Amino acid sequence: MDDLRKKAKDLLESQAVNVIIGYGEGTSGAVRAIFPRKAEETDKLIYDDRCTQNLAVYLMKHEIKHMEKKGIVATIPAMRSILQVASEYQLKEDELVILGIGPDGKLVDIPGFKAMEDYLATQDFGIQEDDKAILRKIDAMSMEERWSFWKDELSPCFKCYACRAACPMCYCTRCFVEVNTPQWIPISANEIGNFEWHLLRAMHLAGRCINCGECGRACPLEIPIHLLTYKMTEDVQTDFGVTAGLKADMPSVLSTYKLEDKETFIR
Amino acid sequence: MAEFEPRIVAFVCNWCTYAGADLTGTSRIKYATNVRIIRFPCTGRIDFMLLLKAFGNGADGVMISGCHPNDCHYTSGNFHARRRWMIFRRLLDFAGIDHRRIIFSWVSAAEGAKWAQVVNTAVEEFRQLGPYDNYHAASKEPLEREVING
Repeated sequence: MDDLRKKAKDLLESQAVNVIIGYGEGTSGAVRAIFPRKAEETDKLIYDDRCTQNLAVYLMKHEIKHMEKKGIVATIPAMRSILQVASEYQLKEDELVILGIGPDGKLVDIPGFKAMEDYLATQDFGIQEDDKAILRKIDAMSMEERWSFWKDELSPCFKCYACRAACPMCYCTRCFVEVNTPQWIPISANEIGNFEWHLLRAMHLAGRCINCGECGRACPLEIPIHLLTYKMTEDVQTDFGVTAGLKADMPSVLSTYKLEDKETFIR
Repeated sequence: MAEFEPRIVAFVCNWCTYAGADLTGTSRIKYATNVRIIRFPCTGRIDFMLLLKAFGNGADGVMISGCHPNDCHYTSGNFHARRRWMIFRRLLDFAGIDHRRIIFSWVSAAEGAKWAQVVNTAVEEFRQLGPYDNYHAASKEPLEREVING
């Protein structure tokens, strides 16, 4: 943690960056994101087990995006998000200073995207065991059971869009759900509208989601919506052999194609 | 009791299947009348949301059809569409939505007879599956209470 503070302080003092995106102490024992812009504020930076949020999301927010040089405390999911977003031409390498955090909580030196790619190649990032168990459980259900499972799970959703706000990939300035001619997604919370919203969100993340699970954690009603995108990531991997967020120059899965893509259902 | 007549929406591309369906008509080939055809510039334009909207508005089955691979008027629209459907079908399955109710086909402008046959088989299959009550019930009831947007 001292390494982290010291490095952040140096960066701000030397004006190498204008802001550091990091974790700080929140209220009632919670952790929140903080944005020190002066060297003396870096003492507030912390890193411990509670720091699970994917901070890459703030890079895409309007207020931060225009701050030119930014430093970011990046865990492995955040690094993958950064690479994925960079591959979509939304981030420039020279605008970023990465304060990488390894799985052991130690500072990792990541001088650029190339180093990040090399570092990620040595890491293992499977999804959590309990999520894997639910995924397999859903796979084993019949279609009707799956329908009622998701109907029950999604029914409390009132579309606060916290899942969207927490996702580094959901950076469109104008989202589908705000389009109202025609009204694609009903504004009020209703069964089919909830299905439509969550399927749409998952589809828009196809081949882009890096499985950080931030959407599920952000959900105030604890709906396991991250399972939809987890499943999608598995499918993209099986069908096209692509894993998102490993390279900064990767073509997007759904805007490219291969002549030999294999399907079994078209007559 | 009268036999159940499924309501089917067909999203077809302008250059192949729409022309193919036209050929079915001009060749005087008789086929099931359950299908409502909607013409699109390209299969690549057929957004997955349109499928969900069709079901939400009372369709019992959806058909999607366009140019054979390598025949796309815009070179690659159908290849992009194919990738999207591969993913979308699996997602629907995972969410418990009946993907047997979506039938995909490649029908060229010369395959009038194939279109008739694809539609007839589809109607038969949808008839077996029956009305999509699950989805319709979920989409109807709350919307009737909805005041926003009239």
